[in-house]
Amino acid sequence: MTLTHYLVLAAILFTIGAVGVLVRRNAIVVFMCIELMLNSVNLTLVTFARAGGTLDGQVMAFFVMVVAAAEVVVGLAIIMSIYRTRRSASVDDANLLKY
Amino acid sequence: MDTVAADGLLAWSWLLIALPLAGAAVLLLGGRRTDRWGHLLGTGTVVTAFVLGLLCTLQLADAGGRPVSVELWTFIETGSLDVPVGLLFDPLSAVFVLLITGVGALIHIYSIGYMAHDPRRRRFFAYLNLFVAAMLLLVLGDNFVVLYVGWEGVGLASYLLIAFWHERPAAATAAKKAFIMNRVGDVGLALAIFLMFAQLGTVTYDGVFGSVGALAGGTVTAIGLLLLLGACGKSGQFPLQAWLPDAMEGPTPVSALIHAATMVTAGVYLIARSAPIYDETPTARAVVLAVGAITLLIGAIVGCAQDDIKKVLAYSTVSQIGYMFLAVGLGPAGYVAGLAHLLTHGFFKAGLFLGAGSVMHAMNDAVDMRRFGGLASRMRITFVTFGLGYLALIGFPFLSGFYTKDAIIEAAFDRGDGWGYVLGGVAILAAGLTAFYMTRLMLMTFFGRPRWDEGVHPHESPSVMTAPMVLLALGSVLAGYLLVVAFPLEEWLVPVFGRPEAAEHVVAPLVVSALVTVVMLLGVASAWMFVGRREVPVTAPARVSPVVLAARRALYADTVNESLFMRPGQWLTRALVFLDNRGVDGAVNGLAAALGGSSSRLGRTQTGFVRSYALGMLGGAVVVAGALLAVTAG
Repeated sequence: MTLTHYLVLAAILFTIGAVGVLVRRNAIVVFMCIELMLNSVNLTLVTFARAGGTLDGQVMAFFVMVVAAAEVVVGLAIIMSIYRTRRSASVDDANLLKY
Repeated sequence: MDTVAADGLLAWSWLLIALPLAGAAVLLLGGRRTDRWGHLLGTGTVVTAFVLGLLCTLQLADAGGRPVSVELWTFIETGSLDVPVGLLFDPLSAVFVLLITGVGALIHIYSIGYMAHDPRRRRFFAYLNLFVAAMLLLVLGDNFVVLYVGWEGVGLASYLLIAFWHERPAAATAAKKAFIMNRVGDVGLALAIFLMFAQLGTVTYDGVFGSVGALAGGTVTAIGLLLLLGACGKSGQFPLQAWLPDAMEGPTPVSALIHAATMVTAGVYLIARSAPIYDETPTARAVVLAVGAITLLIGAIVGCAQDDIKKVLAYSTVSQIGYMFLAVGLGPAGYVAGLAHLLTHGFFKAGLFLGAGSVMHAMNDAVDMRRFGGLASRMRITFVTFGLGYLALIGFPFLSGFYTKDAIIEAAFDRGDGWGYVLGGVAILAAGLTAFYMTRLMLMTFFGRPRWDEGVHPHESPSVMTAPMVLLALGSVLAGYLLVVAFPLEEWLVPVFGRPEAAEHVVAPLVVSALVTVVMLLGVASAWMFVGRREVPVTAPARVSPVVLAARRALYADTVNESLFMRPGQWLTRALVFLDNRGVDGAVNGLAAALGGSSSRLGRTQTGFVRSYALGMLGGAVVVAGALLAVTAG
C-alpha cells in the first residue's frame, strides 16, 4: 500500500461525489455526495500527514469533520423546510432565486 | 479733450437718466395699479428731463462749452483695467440730450392720444421711458462700456416696442429680425471695445482718443471698421438696412421716436464721437463714406416703389441716415453738417411719422396709400403739419432740410477730387428721388379722389395728438435756419471737433443750392407726371418694369440675406442638431445601452438551478488547478 493507492482512492471518491452532485436531483443524495467529496479530501489530508510524519493534516481533517457536521445540520434543516413547503426534495424544483 | 469737474446743476445731470429709468421701473413694477395715471407719469419724467437738459445746456453754454465730466462710481476695477461709470456732458452730448428729451417729450404727449384705447398703454409708456433712459445713457456715457450698456438698452427697448402688438405675427417677426440684425452690429461694437481693452488697456473716451495715435495702422483701421459695423446695425445702414423698414410694425410713435429721430441716429453719434479714431484711419473713413453713399441711394430708390406709408417714411429714414453717414465719413469737414442734418431730420421725420400716425388713426389703422387719397380737406392740421415736414425733407428752399442737406452736398464736393464729384452727384440724385417719393406719398395720401375702404370716416385727431405735430412742424421749418444761420451748430461744437479750416469751395455754394433745388423740382414734377395726373390704381399694377419690381422687393435685400445667411445658417444648425442627436447623444446613449444590454444578457446565466452553479464552480476550480499545474510544471 503506497501513497499513490490512497491518493487514487481519494480521487475516485471525489470524482464520484462531484459527478453525483452534478447529475443527481434528489437533495439528500446531492448532500451525501458532498459528504463523499469532503471525506475524500479528509483522506488526502490524512494520507499526506502520515507520509510527512506531521499532525497538521490530521488536525485539519478534524476541522473538516466539525464543519461538515455543522453544515449537515443546517443543510438538512433547509432541505426539510423546502420539502415541507414544496412536497419535493428535488434541487431543480427550488430554482426561484434567479435573474 | 480736457474736461472740468461738474458743479451746480450739471452735477445733477445723472438725473436725466435716472428720471425716465425710475418712471419705467415704477410703471413696470407697479403693474395694473398704475394703469390710470401711468401715461402721465411716463410723460412727466421725460418732460422734466427735457427741462433739466435745457438748464444743463444753458449752464454749459455759460461756461463756454467746456466739456464737463460727472464721476459716478467704479464699474470694474482690476489690476490693468478700470472701467469707471461717469457722464460726459459736452456740446455734442448736449444737442443729443435736447433732441432725445425734446422730441421724446412731444412723442410721449402724442402717444397719450394715439394709445388712448390700447389696454396696454401703461406698458407702452414704461418701455418708452426705458428707451429714453437707455438712449440718454448712450449719449452721456464717458466711456465705450457705458455707451455699450446704453446701446444694448435701446436695442432691448426697440425690440420690446416693435413687438408691442406681439399678437400680430408680423410684429413679432419684425422684432426678432430687428433684434438679430442689431446683434450682428453689436458684435462689431463689442469686438471694437475688446480691441481697445487689449491694445490700449482703457475704454474711456479720454484714454482711447489720447493714445489711439500710437497704435499700428492696421489695428486702428480694425477698430474703425468694427465700430462702423456696430453703427450700421443700429442705424439701419447697408448691409444691415433690412430690419428698419420691417420695424414699422411697431406703434407709430415708436417709429417716430426710435426708428426715425433718435435710436437709429446712434450710429452717427458713435462715428462722430469716435472722430479721433477715424482721424487716424483714412481707410475706415472711406468705408463710412461708401456705406453712406450706397445706403442713401438704396433707401431713395426703394422708397419710390413702396405703397405702405410707413415703409416709404422708413426707407426715407434709411436714406437720410445715409446722408449723415456720408457727412461724417467726409471727416472734419462733414461732422457738423451731418449732425445738423441729424437734428433737423429728427424734427421733420418725427413730425412726418406722427402725421402718418394721425392719418392711420383716421383710416382705421390702414397703411396702404392706394386706399387713401383726398384727405387734405378732412384733416387740415395733419395735412398742413405733414406738408411742412414734407417740404423740409425734400429740401424746399429755406426750410430746415434745405440748409442741412445742402451743407452735406457742399462738403462732399469740397473734397475736391473725383470721388467728391461722385459722392456729390449721388447725393443730388438721391435728393431728386427723395422729392419724387415724398411727392408721390403726398399726392396719394392727401390729394386726388378718395379711395377709402368701406366704413372709413376720416376725422382730425384730438388736440393732444395735433399739438406735438404742430410743434414738430414749427421745428421742421425753423430748425435749419436756427442751426445753420442764427445759432451756428458749428460754433457750438467747436469744443468737440475743433475749429474746422475754412473750406475752399470747389463748386460755389450758390451753384450747389441751385442745382439741388432744380433736381428737387424735377423730382416733384416727375411725381406729378406719374402719380398726380392720373388715377391711382387701388391695387398695385402687376405689369411693371424690372426696376420697379426690384424696388418693391427692397432691391432683394431680404432675398440676399435669406439665401446668403439664413438658409446656410439653418442648414448649419440642422447639421449641428443632427450631429448632436446622432453623434454625441448616440455615443453616450449607445454606450449606456450596450452596458445595460450586456448586463441583462449576463444576468441570464443566473438560472436558479443549483447544479449549474455547481458545474460552474467545478469548472472554475479545474481551470484554477490547471493553471497552477501549468505554472508549477512549466
